[in-house]
Amino acid sequence: MIELDNVAYSYGGAELFSALNLQLAPGSFHFLTGPSGAGKTTLLKLCYGELVATSGQVRLFGQDARALNRDGVAQSRRRIGVVHQDCQFLDHLTLAENIALPLTVAGKGTAGSDMMDLLGWVGLKRQMDQFPPQLSGGERQRAALARAVIMSPEVILADEPTGNVDWEMSQRLLSLLVELNKMGKTVLIATHDISLIRAAKSQVSTRVLRLQDRRLQLAGADL
Amino acid sequence: MELINRLFGLLAGDPQADRAVPPTGFTARLTLLSAGAMAFLAVFALALSLATGRLADRWSAELAKTSTLRISAPQDQMDAQTRAALTVLQSTPGIAQARPLSDDEQRALLAPWFGSDLPVETLPIPQLIEIVADDTGYDATGLRARLQAEVPGAVLDDHTRWREPLVEAASRLRLLGFVSMVLIAGATAAMITLAANAALSANAQVIRVMRLVGARDIYIARAFVRRFTLRALLGAAVGTLLGTLAILLLPSTDAAGGFLTGLGFQGWHWLWPLAIPVLAALVAFVATRQAALRTLKEQS
Repeated sequence: MIELDNVAYSYGGAELFSALNLQLAPGSFHFLTGPSGAGKTTLLKLCYGELVATSGQVRLFGQDARALNRDGVAQSRRRIGVVHQDCQFLDHLTLAENIALPLTVAGKGTAGSDMMDLLGWVGLKRQMDQFPPQLSGGERQRAALARAVIMSPEVILADEPTGNVDWEMSQRLLSLLVELNKMGKTVLIATHDISLIRAAKSQVSTRVLRLQDRRLQLAGADL
Repeated sequence: MELINRLFGLLAGDPQADRAVPPTGFTARLTLLSAGAMAFLAVFALALSLATGRLADRWSAELAKTSTLRISAPQDQMDAQTRAALTVLQSTPGIAQARPLSDDEQRALLAPWFGSDLPVETLPIPQLIEIVADDTGYDATGLRARLQAEVPGAVLDDHTRWREPLVEAASRLRLLGFVSMVLIAGATAAMITLAANAALSANAQVIRVMRLVGARDIYIARAFVRRFTLRALLGAAVGTLLGTLAILLLPSTDAAGGFLTGLGFQGWHWLWPLAIPVLAALVAFVATRQAALRTLKEQS
């Protein structure tokens, strides 16, 4: 699905990471962890084509990301649902409109019942007509997850999806992501929340990768 | 044709896309105002162009058919030379009519300078003969040669000397009107491009989010293009309406007189202003599309 082959990325002359290899196989569940500033968000951005690798090759669904034109990147992003750390909502649209945005830009209609099912799944039916600034951190994170899955993507990338929520809410979000994985979706979660990883391991088979000192490696058995 | 189809498809619109891109008040007002002002000016440029075109055609047609023969001779020979000249003129192919002006007509010609009570008959002024050519026209060089031989005091003035500069001046004015319209279209395009760029910059975050969820550049561009095209259409429609009303309220032909006679539209030419809002929308469509696609490319 998404493959990184000997990838390096530099920013402002400084190398963030190098010789990085990663394969997200269909239906797999990965965690990406590491200290703050290690490059977790950058790695995710490479995975959905927002950044281009300095060297090496990133393949999105078998295609070299560097060779994709802007329309090609847009098409790939429709197959990848992304939960951003800061949610990235449009404040002038209601919650329901924000969640439906991927369908809107793809020129697809939203069946009312499907939207209600999705809102019910993330527990946001009551808030559907509210605007993003009116929502709590947990509600925003769940809405971001709903928007990420509305196109029924093959891959879900989540960047610190539990970063702004309490333990109870983080468990709820995790269970939603595990549920998606059981439906066959490939999941990659970037987080520094060790308790979240441990909780996931008890529910699903996961692979934990650690990004540290410019290298990506499998985390130890303690995780 | 494809452009027109795209334009109509665009005007039909996508309400969802419109919702996604929030309107920016400043650029909306700028587009409406500039399109309105430019359309108002375009109406006058169009009226000027059409009126001078008519003027050039009329002068050209009228003056090409008439000429004047001036006979300067002593009073006792004046009648004889006039008769001789008329004989020559009547036998010249291409002349439909030749008529000596009466004393009253000559007095009327001199009235602006000497007043209406000038005793023409007592003054040694030349006799004028008005010549009207038929559609084929006559050979002025040949006629001059014959007159020189048979009527020594006759001077033929076929108006070429002053007709040509007048017609050229009218043609230049027509060109000036046309150039004005091109400049107005260019200025409109420049202003709408600036407004579109400002709107795109103001919505950089919206564009980023739309891209993150898989929006193609053309989809994002379309939302901006539709908005600016409709604004330009509306602004230009209002400007055209006001400009046309202003033309209607211009002094009437009789009251204005002189050069300004007939500045405005005549007959079916009143339909021409209807093209201005459509052209303004077309200019806005092309300008915004180019600006949007260029900016989106730069932002990627």
